[in-house]
Amino acid sequence: MAEIEKKAAVDRSDDIQDATPNVTEVETVDAATEEAAVEAIEAPVERGEPILQVRNLVKHFPLTQGILFKRQIGAVKAVDGISFDLYQGETLGIVGESGCGKSTVAKLLMTLETATAGEVFYKGQDITRLSGRALRAVRRNIQMVFQDPYTSLNPRMTVGDIIGEPYEIHPEVAPKGDRRRKVQELLDVVGLNPEYINRYPHQFSGGQRQRIGIARGLALNPEIIICDEPVSALDVSVQAQVINLMEKLQDEFNLSYVFIAHDLSIVRHISDRVGVMYLGKMAEIGTDTEIYDHPTHPYTQALLSAVPVPDPESREGRERIILAGDVPSPANPPSGCRFRTRCWKAEDRCSKEVPLLAVPERFAGSDTPAAHESACHFAEEKDVVHA
Amino acid sequence: MTRLLDVQDLRVEFRTRDGVAEALGGVSYAVDAGRTLAVLGESGSGKSVSAQAVMGILDSPPASVTGGQVLFHGRDLLTMSPRERRSVRGAAMAMIFQDALSALNPVLTVGAQLAEMYEVHRGTSRKDARARAVELMDRVRIPAAKARVDDYPHQFSGGMRQRIMIAMAIALEPELIIADEPTTALDVTVQAQVMDLLDELRREYAMGLILITHDLGVVADVADSIAVMYAGRIMETAPVQELYRRPAHPYTRGLLDSIPRVDHQGKELYAIKGLPPSLLSVPTGCPFHPRCPRAQEICRTERPPLYEVPDVTDTAAPGRASACHFWKDELDA
Repeated sequence: MAEIEKKAAVDRSDDIQDATPNVTEVETVDAATEEAAVEAIEAPVERGEPILQVRNLVKHFPLTQGILFKRQIGAVKAVDGISFDLYQGETLGIVGESGCGKSTVAKLLMTLETATAGEVFYKGQDITRLSGRALRAVRRNIQMVFQDPYTSLNPRMTVGDIIGEPYEIHPEVAPKGDRRRKVQELLDVVGLNPEYINRYPHQFSGGQRQRIGIARGLALNPEIIICDEPVSALDVSVQAQVINLMEKLQDEFNLSYVFIAHDLSIVRHISDRVGVMYLGKMAEIGTDTEIYDHPTHPYTQALLSAVPVPDPESREGRERIILAGDVPSPANPPSGCRFRTRCWKAEDRCSKEVPLLAVPERFAGSDTPAAHESACHFAEEKDVVHA
Repeated sequence: MTRLLDVQDLRVEFRTRDGVAEALGGVSYAVDAGRTLAVLGESGSGKSVSAQAVMGILDSPPASVTGGQVLFHGRDLLTMSPRERRSVRGAAMAMIFQDALSALNPVLTVGAQLAEMYEVHRGTSRKDARARAVELMDRVRIPAAKARVDDYPHQFSGGMRQRIMIAMAIALEPELIIADEPTTALDVTVQAQVMDLLDELRREYAMGLILITHDLGVVADVADSIAVMYAGRIMETAPVQELYRRPAHPYTRGLLDSIPRVDHQGKELYAIKGLPPSLLSVPTGCPFHPRCPRAQEICRTERPPLYEVPDVTDTAAPGRASACHFWKDELDA
């Protein structure tokens, strides 16, 4: 028993070292007072400047044993040291298979979960440490659109109440008398009839419900919208409508999106940059062309090669990388590189040394599209999506 | 030549509190031994109902088959006695469901569920049946089959559970397998593993495979021919290359244009306007006309039959048909 506890302790200290240090330094803002903090949060950000900077973010969920005396016997390492920047006006796609931690990242960015370690800087302020009015101001500016349009809308509330509810918490955005008009404007913006304001969610189809969810996300004029699988519950023809709407809204309201999804085709379509996650870590990150046409991480290559392409002509020509086995448990991830147990390139080094997320040395300095950050000791370019 | 399975003008209705829903309004498709037919459609298009009607596992009431034929080797399954039908269903045709966790019995070990197939249908002894179960698990490449035969469904991962479903389906070496969205709940790398396995088994046992799906990518990867459904009707049937190269129905074209592609960065997606109709009130004429860019007066009044469509060389392609009055224009577009 003592051994188990010791092991858990060792595990924990390991993880913090696992973090990825190769990112630009954050220009932090030290706000002495709450007023100063709120002021910094309300300050506008130039297009193309970083608006959200995530550094070494870690979230471990404790695994406990025993009823009366709960002891921690380990941890599910849902997110284990990831770093990335979100620039104003862009869409950052995050892809990965189930259990890779992408939804936990969404919750951490929303401050719905408390990070175990690491920082999330919003305009230079670490939101994991904010509280009170400053935190509320951040939450107004970062909104979320959920996956399931059937469970994320309260069935007992009218559409008007659902979309207008954010104003109860942030009355400064819309004074009471003005709310109904605001909600109707929002319905119009997302392509629903403003007269539907008194209807209930069950009177709408899945696609329409997702539009309601988007209208609610827009209600407080946020700067960032975190979308967690926003179209995966929708049919193909409706999915295209919602994606087009989201792209239109981004231009219209100058929004930055973090777009989390498992469908690689949709992520490519909507994203400017894409990060690929595997077992709580970022495997590779770059622009959409860099990731999709010039992937260098074996996991990205396997993932992309497994995506069925709707073109029977390329059926024979494309190389398929079929991975063996399943994703290991995040409670007990492999040492070294997390992907090594399923990787065809794995060597001794991969089990000992954690590969850092950085531009691989062989590509450093060159301006090929392969020169983007990839966490692999043996990074090598390989096109897998074209026949 | 008699087809392995030939569904003709199949009609199914559901009686609901709000009226009669016409889930299938005359559906015809066929599949031969060793071939893969994909039945493609969005939710509510009737693709799963058609499969359930073929298997004879519709919940009735509320559902009832009101017309048509389901010919298996030329014999109509719908007119068979229940006993006769059950013997065909168990041994000669099998089904794979989308959600393996709810399709498997949670309180029985997977070994027991696999062995049951042999005990019930073949009268195999318990011991032999268990050995066959291990063989089957090996066959669908479940690692350490011998050690895992006594595990319960919840102890397996999603991909492994779907493999067990496949093992159950192939246990009696059926001639036809109907797979209803077999990989929809799985991650893409696991989906590729499972589709690969299914395709390999089909080839090995020369089975006919009906793949029911909404995913145009999966279809392009494995199907020989394809039937596109909308609002309980067939819109278009075609060999798979033909359909992707030159669709002969505006709905098919709309679907193909509305999916983003992983192999190139797209512009704005084409979106089919509006929503699929309620099956309680399917539009008159062509069910797709309220959403169709080509719709004319005739589309509102007259239901298009399945027109035979010639292939590129202008000879009648076997099985190529489109339920659009203007299929010629669409083909040349």
